Amino acid sequence: MDEALLRSLTPAVIAVLCRRGLDFAAAEDAVQEGLVEAVRLWPDDPPRDPKGWLVAVAWRKYLDVARAEAARSRREVRVELEPPPGPAVAVDDTLGLYFLCAHPSLTPASAVALTLRALGGLTTRQIAQAYLVPEATMAQRISRAKRTVARVRLDQPGDVATVLRVLYLVFNEGYTGDVDLAAEAIRLTRQLAGLVDHPEVAGLLALMLLHHARRPARTRPDGGIVPLADQDRSAWDTALIAEGVAVLQRALARDHLGEYQAQAAVAALHADAPTAAETNWVQIVEWYDELVRLTGSPVARLNRAVAVGEADGGRAGLAALAGLDPALPRYTAVAAYLHERSGETATAARLNAEAARLAHDAAERDHLTRQAARLNAALRG
Amino acid sequence: MAKYLLLKHYRGGPAPLTDTPMDRWAPEEVSAHIQYMDDFAARLEGTGEYVDGQALAPEGTFVRYDGEGRPPVTDGPFAETKDLIAGWMVIDVDSYDRALELASELSAAPGPAGKPLHEWLELRPFLTMPPAVTE
Repeated sequence: MDEALLRSLTPAVIAVLCRRGLDFAAAEDAVQEGLVEAVRLWPDDPPRDPKGWLVAVAWRKYLDVARAEAARSRREVRVELEPPPGPAVAVDDTLGLYFLCAHPSLTPASAVALTLRALGGLTTRQIAQAYLVPEATMAQRISRAKRTVARVRLDQPGDVATVLRVLYLVFNEGYTGDVDLAAEAIRLTRQLAGLVDHPEVAGLLALMLLHHARRPARTRPDGGIVPLADQDRSAWDTALIAEGVAVLQRALARDHLGEYQAQAAVAALHADAPTAAETNWVQIVEWYDELVRLTGSPVARLNRAVAVGEADGGRAGLAALAGLDPALPRYTAVAAYLHERSGETATAARLNAEAARLAHDAAERDHLTRQAARLNAALRG
Repeated sequence: MAKYLLLKHYRGGPAPLTDTPMDRWAPEEVSAHIQYMDDFAARLEGTGEYVDGQALAPEGTFVRYDGEGRPPVTDGPFAETKDLIAGWMVIDVDSYDRALELASELSAAPGPAGKPLHEWLELRPFLTMPPAVTE
């Protein structure tokens, strides 16, 4: 039973049903019913044409529902017979689904859930597990999202930037439940890159591949954070890195720079360094300059300050930090690090302890507490 | 089985026996403390007594409806010290005695020099429907 194949068929089948005139919610429900049947029947009786099979079964499921509703309301409705199979699905249908699931009328959380369901083919239970919420909560969120986009027409061109934002949100959820959302985001971004020729789509794909390649080295078995400098680089996935770099180079050659390409370039420079000491921090600073120019984002400036600290020393890093809002997430942790690099151990210890209190997750808090403890121990001599 | 909430207070309770902040411990003492908590939760998962647990951000606010408009938000109605709940764990155990035993064990997580920390934990039973059938 090839679950990945099943899931990859989902968006195309939804798109076929929408083209036959179903609204999105009805198409999506019908396909979910079809998937359930596939899971039940395929292990014993695999179809020769999986997509054709799913289209036929989902269509029949829709007709069943339509007939039942018609009967309930005691109206005589003749439902048309199944039309002959249409031509092979045009790629644009699936692309439309990406835009629909990332529609600006949806909240980011709803867009993510709808994307995983309609494009990823995940069940509501799987999505709920990944986000650590009850299944009923996620079911409601998805229903609301479907109602919100019910009237949106699939043929309207969308904004690819909104799609990329949603996919990046999915990627950053990482791995929490049974489903590896980072891998799922990569699969969907790969598919999107096949549908639309856009340097930023390639940039995001490269960024995800490069981050994903380094994931095994980033956490200890107990979930603790391993800082970049201490990571076991032999645990990095060299095939993924090579692919990410190749995708990035093709995107950069298009000479249409965007924030994902710039971030991917930073990730590529990290991935390229045989040791932490050999990292090309000067080039990384230059890419952060581009990122700041493109986005003006304070977070990009904060990351730039870290890179400046590595390239030109802690003092220069602290100078780059000046003027940024101390309320920025991780500001205090960055300040602690730069003070340590400047040799100001006591200040660094105090700031690490403060950053631990401000931390947003337990692994980060524990890591910062250990940093403070290490520096305080050094001060005691 | 009965569910209990274990609340870990950092302030507002009786004076703790050890009040050295964790960033003043040796790094390995910090690791040992965290490991103890992880092992404790893993063991309760094994016995089927673990329900859920989370760490909480330190800053909380008190909110209440006060008529139309933005609700007033305060630091908390505490006369002396602001309370700080660091985290919670829900357990599902056979008896009150078992709940006490586990709370006591969690409170014994190691601190500086590997000695038990004697942290205060608040143990609160969940309200449940009375059983329809009693034997």
